[in-house]
Amino acid sequence: MNLDFSDDQKLLKDQLRRFLADRCPPATVRAVLEGPAPFDRPLYQGLAELGVLGAAVPEAYGGLGLGRLELCILAEELGRALAPVPVSSSIYLAAEFLLAAGSEAQKSAWLPKLVSAEAVGTFALAERAGRVTPKAIQCRVEGGRLRGVKVPVADGEAADLAVVAARTEPGDGAGGVSLFLVDLGSSGVKREAVDNIDPSRKQAKITFDGVAAEPLGAAGEGWEIVRKVIDRAAVLMAFEQVGGADRALEMGRDYALDRMAFGRQIGSFQGIKHMLADMYVSATLARSNAYYGAWALAAEAAELPVAAATARVSATQAFQHCAKNNIQVHGGMGFTWAFDCHLYYRRSNALALALGSLSEWEDRLVEQLRRQNAAPAAA
Amino acid sequence: MNFDDTPEEAAFRAKVRAWIDANAPKHLETELRRAAFASSGVVSEDPVVASKAWQKKKAAAGYACLNWPKEYGGGGFSPIERVIWSQEEGPYASLSSLFGIGHGMCGPTVMTWASEEQKRRLLPPLVSGEEVWCQLFSEPASGSDLAGLRTRAEKAADGSGDWIINGQKIWTSGAHRSDWGLLITRTDPDLPKHKGLTMFFLSMKSPGIEIRPIKQANGDANFNEVYFTDVRIPDAQRLGAVNQGWEVSLTTLMNERLSIGSGMPTGFPELFNFCLEAEIDGRPAIEDSRVRSRLATYAVRASGLKYTGMRAITALSKGQIPGPENSIGKLVAGSTMQETAMFALELQGEAGMLTGAAAEFAGRFQAMLLRSPATRIEGGSDEILRNIIAERVLGLPGDIRVDKSVPFRDIPTRGRAD
Ligand SMILES: Cc1cc2nc3c(=O)[nH]c(=O)nc-3n(C[C@H](O)[C@H](O)[C@H](O)COP(=O)(O)OP(=O)(O)OC[C@H]3O[C@@H](n4cnc5c(N)ncnc54)[C@H](O)[C@@H]3O)c2cc1C
Repeated sequence: MNLDFSDDQKLLKDQLRRFLADRCPPATVRAVLEGPAPFDRPLYQGLAELGVLGAAVPEAYGGLGLGRLELCILAEELGRALAPVPVSSSIYLAAEFLLAAGSEAQKSAWLPKLVSAEAVGTFALAERAGRVTPKAIQCRVEGGRLRGVKVPVADGEAADLAVVAARTEPGDGAGGVSLFLVDLGSSGVKREAVDNIDPSRKQAKITFDGVAAEPLGAAGEGWEIVRKVIDRAAVLMAFEQVGGADRALEMGRDYALDRMAFGRQIGSFQGIKHMLADMYVSATLARSNAYYGAWALAAEAAELPVAAATARVSATQAFQHCAKNNIQVHGGMGFTWAFDCHLYYRRSNALALALGSLSEWEDRLVEQLRRQNAAPAAA
Repeated sequence: MNFDDTPEEAAFRAKVRAWIDANAPKHLETELRRAAFASSGVVSEDPVVASKAWQKKKAAAGYACLNWPKEYGGGGFSPIERVIWSQEEGPYASLSSLFGIGHGMCGPTVMTWASEEQKRRLLPPLVSGEEVWCQLFSEPASGSDLAGLRTRAEKAADGSGDWIINGQKIWTSGAHRSDWGLLITRTDPDLPKHKGLTMFFLSMKSPGIEIRPIKQANGDANFNEVYFTDVRIPDAQRLGAVNQGWEVSLTTLMNERLSIGSGMPTGFPELFNFCLEAEIDGRPAIEDSRVRSRLATYAVRASGLKYTGMRAITALSKGQIPGPENSIGKLVAGSTMQETAMFALELQGEAGMLTGAAAEFAGRFQAMLLRSPATRIEGGSDEILRNIIAERVLGLPGDIRVDKSVPFRDIPTRGRAD
């Protein structure tokens, strides 16, 4: 048994941490947060050159073909630095959709571009407020043409390619949902930026008005593929959340050591100490659960649905918990625009909603545990 | 990253599985599986006799205290082999709870501080369960603040070099069925509190010891008051130097952390099974969204602890020493157990009040509810564990202390003047 990353994997992580310390200080995050750029292009290009984008993509498609464990450990660093780049949209989602369901031609056409940062991909699922169920998918494809509105779409303004879930059969059922690849440069695509709680990662509204759409995977299997890919993305996202939680905890700890009140370090008050200890506890549980998810992802284990939901629920709780209490530790300073606490608070809450809310994942976790329990005991 | 055994580990697992299959007290399996938390669950025969019998069999085969050296009765196995054993022992492990304090705390302290001759005399029967040990640390005025203890050890006036003990210990688990005790005393009240302590071991049959059971909040009586009136201990039974007792006690506490991977119960698997069976308004409780949300929260805590344990075992197998970060286990498990029990009762409605045979699940959750407050107190309270994480893991300052460098006898003892 070995529930740790290898030394080589840790070297990769250290390398990315140094790269991000240099290329993605908080000022870089703020530039995207406060500016019009959809993401930091030079940083994204740099990540492509470093091999981060292609870590888990096979060499045949321009990747490094390392594996998903490597991508997990790299995701942690991206989360820690709040990297303002579309890695989750383009790599954890679009590239994973292509790998899971794409034809040879689709993979060859798009994966090398996604990996080299020449193109950015995204996944367009939600259409309105509330849980995304098959019933909530009302965009339609008829005669190869896509019509409808998707909002919010992460990185939707900057993306070149979208994986779109749309209805190919009328009604509410999951069996009527199919996936399509849509070139966002096509005519009939209208994109608008929409404001969101974390502007360091942009969101858009995309209107499709009879846009050419190419099937991705078999008709009617869209929902199933979405579940499968979202499970994978959830593990990667959990690593980003774990990275963010750890950094928020460190910031709180550091401030508690520096700030004086009543003639002593605020870190000597038990109210603050115990708050930080509890942050450590949730960050640690989340990290351990994320490792479990990483194992299931890399091993393509049958229990991936349980492991992914476990990792996701735990990481969402931990990042939200650490980010909000980091502000509390900082007092008034924590509520200023100038301090970085709100960057983590914003990101923690945005990531908690991306890929489905906490309650959806809680539901899914229990459902999957129930299924696992009902299945004949695995050997 | 993998959960697979190496070929050697797989061979060891197969070997112990076969041994357990051939040797375990299978007639007790059903009642052991039904055990309420914090009891072995054995009712069909004397539980102490059943525990000692299984322990003796294991010790003879080298499967008791697996990672202790063979010359002291252990199995001479690696920490990983110990973990494999505990995974395989399953329900029979609860039979060993009687020896938990001896194996987890007293034994390692004796191993570090006693003479070679003493180790060869004391450790093998401790391993085999023939002799039971208790830990005489806490006192009425010193629990979390262990170093505030007042039980005195003074040199005998007869020049024999013996020590005479007077004072009182409290909350001593299992003192009434123990053969030996690990005792921490004050030898010099003129020194600051941590500097005037000395550790001994002694026979619990020594003249002058009086043991009075204390009835616990859950109705059991497993812990005791232990009174010492002129109890004589030979100087040879001192562990560590005179006034070095605090340092010796730290070995005890550090070894507690080494017993990682054993996995504290959270009550989650029981609650999950209960929610599969229980109904709300004619539908399985597990389909209720509020139930799901609570279950998911407990599930990720239970699995987070499980995989934190596996990460610690991984680190241990690479030669790293477990540190204060392992305080997380009891901190999370204790309050989770209390919450899972309360939630199970809530799902039972008014019948949740019932206990014993009339209760759902044979009263298991009610027993958990009534025992769980103790987990949050014994062996370091939740607050002390948070202090440990904050100070030793995160590096935050220690609490401001008013008692550290003054002579022990000058430290105030009452919270409010009356
Ligand atoms: C079931 C059970 C079995 C036990 N078995 C044994 C045994 O076998 N041998 C033995 O020696 N002892 C045993 N104990 C005693 C146990 O170790 C003590 O109860 C424990 O250390 C707490 O001490 P106390 O009871 O004096 O509470 P106190 O120390 O008085 O604590 C009261 C409250 O104050 C809080 N508090 C205290 N100090 C601080 C601080 N610095 N910061 C913040 N909060 C603080 C505590 O967290 C607690 O909430 C057992 C206890 C129980 C419940």
